Amino acid sequence: MKVLIPTPLRSYTGEREVEASGATMGELLADLDRRFPGLRFRVIDEQDRMRAHMRFFINGEQVFDLERKLKPTDDIQIVQALSGG
Amino acid sequence: MAHSIRKPAARKQSASGRAGPRRRTVLLVATRKGAWLFHGDAARKTWRADGPHFLGHVISHVVLDPRDERTLLAAAKTGHLGPTVFRSADLGRTWKEAAQPPAFVKAADGEKGRSVDHTFWLTPAHANEPGVWYAGTSPQGLFRSEDGGVTWAPFSTINDDPTYREWMGTVQDGTPDGPKLHSIIIDPRDPKHLYFAMSGGGVHESLDGGMTWRTLLKGLDVVEGFGFDASKPTFHDPHCVRMCPSNPDRIYQQNHCGIYRLDRPSDTWMRIGKAMPKKVGDIGFPLVVHPRNADVAWMFPMDGTQVWPRTSPEGKPAVYVTRNGGKTWHRLDAGMPRTQAWWTVKRQAMTGDAADPVGLYFGTTSGELWMSRDEGKKWAPLARHLPEIYAVEAAELR
Repeated sequence: MKVLIPTPLRSYTGEREVEASGATMGELLADLDRRFPGLRFRVIDEQDRMRAHMRFFINGEQVFDLERKLKPTDDIQIVQALSGG
Repeated sequence: MAHSIRKPAARKQSASGRAGPRRRTVLLVATRKGAWLFHGDAARKTWRADGPHFLGHVISHVVLDPRDERTLLAAAKTGHLGPTVFRSADLGRTWKEAAQPPAFVKAADGEKGRSVDHTFWLTPAHANEPGVWYAGTSPQGLFRSEDGGVTWAPFSTINDDPTYREWMGTVQDGTPDGPKLHSIIIDPRDPKHLYFAMSGGGVHESLDGGMTWRTLLKGLDVVEGFGFDASKPTFHDPHCVRMCPSNPDRIYQQNHCGIYRLDRPSDTWMRIGKAMPKKVGDIGFPLVVHPRNADVAWMFPMDGTQVWPRTSPEGKPAVYVTRNGGKTWHRLDAGMPRTQAWWTVKRQAMTGDAADPVGLYFGTTSGELWMSRDEGKKWAPLARHLPEIYAVEAAELR
C-alpha cells in the first residue's frame, strides 16, 4: 500500500511516497523498518507507543493503535505534528 | 571569528605542570539546532567553523573517541522524531545512524515502561576498552555500547531496579527538559571503577564494573534544605561531577546546593563553595578541572536566588577559579561584558583543553562561544549567533 512520508523521515526513504505491506499498522511499520532501518524507532518508542509529535492516518482518519487492521487498498499518511519552535 | 592570525609565541611551560607535545584542539559544540566543529590552529588563535551538522536536530552532546581520535558520536533527536545516536568514523565528514540507539527494555504486559526521550551524555570507556562507550539518558538510564556506538544496550541493573526507580522520581521531578543521568566517569586506573550522577538522584559509585553500586551522598546538602532525609538520593541534584585527570582520587562537584570536593578514599563531600563571594554564591551548572593540577578548578556562577534565574549574577558574567582545592576563589572576567549580560551556561557547555596553558571554553544558551587561551585570565568571543548551546567539548588531535 502507499505510504506518504513526512520530510523528517525522508533521510531514510529518500522518497515522499513509498510502498509497504502489512496486515496491521504494526506490521506495516515493521516492513518500513526492514527496508529503511532505524525509521520505526524514530516514530514508535521502545514501549510500542506512538511518539508524541508523530501522527498516523489511514485514508485520512487518525489512528492510535498499532493493532489497527489494514487493507491492501489503504493509503497511509505519517505526519509530523506541531512541536514548538 | 574574533581571533586574528598571528605568529605563535614560543611555547612556555606553566607553573601548573607539564603538557605533552603540541596538539590541535577541536571544539565540539552541540546546540538545540545542530552541531558545529571549530578546528583550532596549533596556537588556538584562529578557528575554522565546520557546520552545521544535523541542522535542526536537537544535539545534546558530541564527543570524540580519544582512543582513535577519529570517531565522533552525537546524541540527537528532533522536535518530532525519537532519539538516536549518530556516529562518524572520519571526524565528521560522514555520519551514520546507530543501528540500535539507547532504549529501555520493553515493559511486561500491563506495566508502564519508560522510553528514552533523549540521550544526554556520552562517555568513552577506559583506554583499555576500545570501542566501548557509556551513555546517560533522559529520563535517567545507563547504557553501554561495545561496538563503537553502533548498538546500545541497557547497562547494569539500575534502569529497572525498583529502588533506583524510586530515587529517579518521575519526569516531573527532574530538570525542566527532563531528568538526566550524566557525569559518567571511568577511573583511568581501573575500568571497573565507575561513577555517575543523576539530576535528580545523587552520585553513585561502582567498584565492580557496574554489577553493584553505592551512593556517595555524605556531606552534601539537600535541595532547599527543608529537612529532607539527606541519605535519600531523591533529594540530591548533582549538576556536574568531574574527576581530576592528574589525581583520580579527587572529584569536584557542582551541585544544586553549591560546590563540593571529595578526596577518596573518604566518602564525605566537603562544601568548598562557601568560600565564594556571598554576593555571587556558588550555584551553577558546569565545572572544569585542570588536566595537570588537581588543586585547580573553574566554575561559572549563576543566580540561584528567589525564582532561580540561573543567569550570571547581576548580569555580570565571570568564571571563578580556585587554585588551592577550593580554599579560595578568584574572579576571572577580563574581556567579558561588564554589565547587562544575563548568560546561562549549561552543565556540559564549559570545558578545557589539555594545552599549556589550559584553554577554557564555554557556550551560552544565547548562542555565544567564548574562550580563554590563558587559563581564564583573558576572555574573547570565538563565535556568536549560534543556536542555544547545550554542550562544548574540547577534543585533542595530533
